[in-house]
Amino acid sequence: MSDILIVLFKIMGTLSWFLTLTLYLTWLERKESAVMQDRVGANRANILGLRIIGLFQPFADAIKMIFKEDFTPRFSKKFLHMMAPFVSFFFVAVTITAVPFGDYVKIAGKTVKLQILDFNVGLLFILAMLSLGIYGVILSGWGSRSRFSLIGGMRGAAQIISYEVALGLSLIGLIMVYPTLKLSSMVHFQGEMILGFIPQWGVFLQPLGFIIFFFAALAETKRVPFDLPEGESEIIGFFAEYSGLKWGLFMMTDFMEIIIISTLITTLFFGGWQVPWLAADGFHFPWGGEWLLPHWIVVLFQVGAFNIKVFFFCWLQVLIRWTYPRYRYDQLMDLGWKLLVPLSLINIVGTGIVMSL
Amino acid sequence: MIRVLGNFIEIIRGSVITARHFIVNMWFHIVNLLGIKTQRKGAVTIQYPEEKKELAYRHRSLHRLVKRENGKPRCVACMLCATVCPSDCIYVEAAEDPDPEIQKYPSQFIIDLSRCCFCGFCVEACPEDAIRMDTSLIEVAGDNRDALVYDKDNLLR
Repeated sequence: MSDILIVLFKIMGTLSWFLTLTLYLTWLERKESAVMQDRVGANRANILGLRIIGLFQPFADAIKMIFKEDFTPRFSKKFLHMMAPFVSFFFVAVTITAVPFGDYVKIAGKTVKLQILDFNVGLLFILAMLSLGIYGVILSGWGSRSRFSLIGGMRGAAQIISYEVALGLSLIGLIMVYPTLKLSSMVHFQGEMILGFIPQWGVFLQPLGFIIFFFAALAETKRVPFDLPEGESEIIGFFAEYSGLKWGLFMMTDFMEIIIISTLITTLFFGGWQVPWLAADGFHFPWGGEWLLPHWIVVLFQVGAFNIKVFFFCWLQVLIRWTYPRYRYDQLMDLGWKLLVPLSLINIVGTGIVMSL
Repeated sequence: MIRVLGNFIEIIRGSVITARHFIVNMWFHIVNLLGIKTQRKGAVTIQYPEEKKELAYRHRSLHRLVKRENGKPRCVACMLCATVCPSDCIYVEAAEDPDPEIQKYPSQFIIDLSRCCFCGFCVEACPEDAIRMDTSLIEVAGDNRDALVYDKDNLLR
């Protein structure tokens, strides 16, 4: 009974973390772009005159979106049109189950892993669910029965499938180095040291793999340098026929993908919840010092480190979105097939050679 | 290959520029939030209704009719402003003034601000310096068209 309660509590906590972060990523996007461009950003939304640098803006946006007319075009396929946003939302939302937030907590004699489900195939699960998200894109294009939406959806599908190849291939080198697909053991593996003082993070073992993965993942999130599926203002995208909360779900899916990509980068390449030189009982510095800490402070350090890393990568992705112009379609395909895929193949061969030495 | 590498370096440089903008502006935002006055602010934005930009010395704002010492308008109803007005928005009706030095005064002086283009020709044309555009009132707005038709009582200040 208590096991079920613990799992339920973990699901609640993780989902609320995920959705709150999604909500405030919209705020971060507005504010960060504003600060980059010498502006102030949305700061007028208030409750009883209380405007804490616009922190209520996401709620104002949500209320606006809920009360907008939910318009379904007469010519659309009603069921598919309705399904599409939920499909893309669902497949992104389930990926959070496999992400490890920390090592474990000891509460009342029980050891609770800070991860909803510790799959043996956690990495494959996340990648599979992210690819299934394409069905939302295709369904929305098909179900809208509008040429613009259909072309946008097809464009999105082509883009995501071609970057899926580079994404998968770039991780093969990593899987060769960590001989596991289980995300928690991957993070444990990254807790060890190279030469006794450099943390054995994926980015030090697989620098090329990291760069390829980062670019491919940016293309997966369908945001600006690679926003051909959407292209709200110029080339009309797959959600042209959506309005109100359904459109909002697509937008939320984008932001959730940013978070998932950030958690993946953190978990695979930047040591997940590992803090350098922090073991289960405290810090063991390479120069011989020790700083022993109680269990709950260690857990706080781990979860805090994970969150800081994730926030940093969310910040970086928003920075990239507000810096670069959009790729042309042929440039996008060139980058995917002619640069990233060969580079990831080279990465696999190089990793194999180095490992067999 | 070299071109691709060069592009890659330029891509990195671009993000470094925007990141530098972000960090510098964020630094000034945080320092100002802590209450320390600095030479520059984090953003160039003026939060309009609360803080207002100082108008330039020659800024053409809402018109006013200049008064004489006894409170009557300086205007002698010569119609030069109404003639020069490119928007044809000034209407002046003359009446006889008992003072032989003045001879005429405007019994009606109406400016339709919904048509006025704030060019300032009326100010230039006036021989008596009776109309000026120096009130610094720039928030001229109304709920209907009649609210924007200002007569002598509104303009005399």
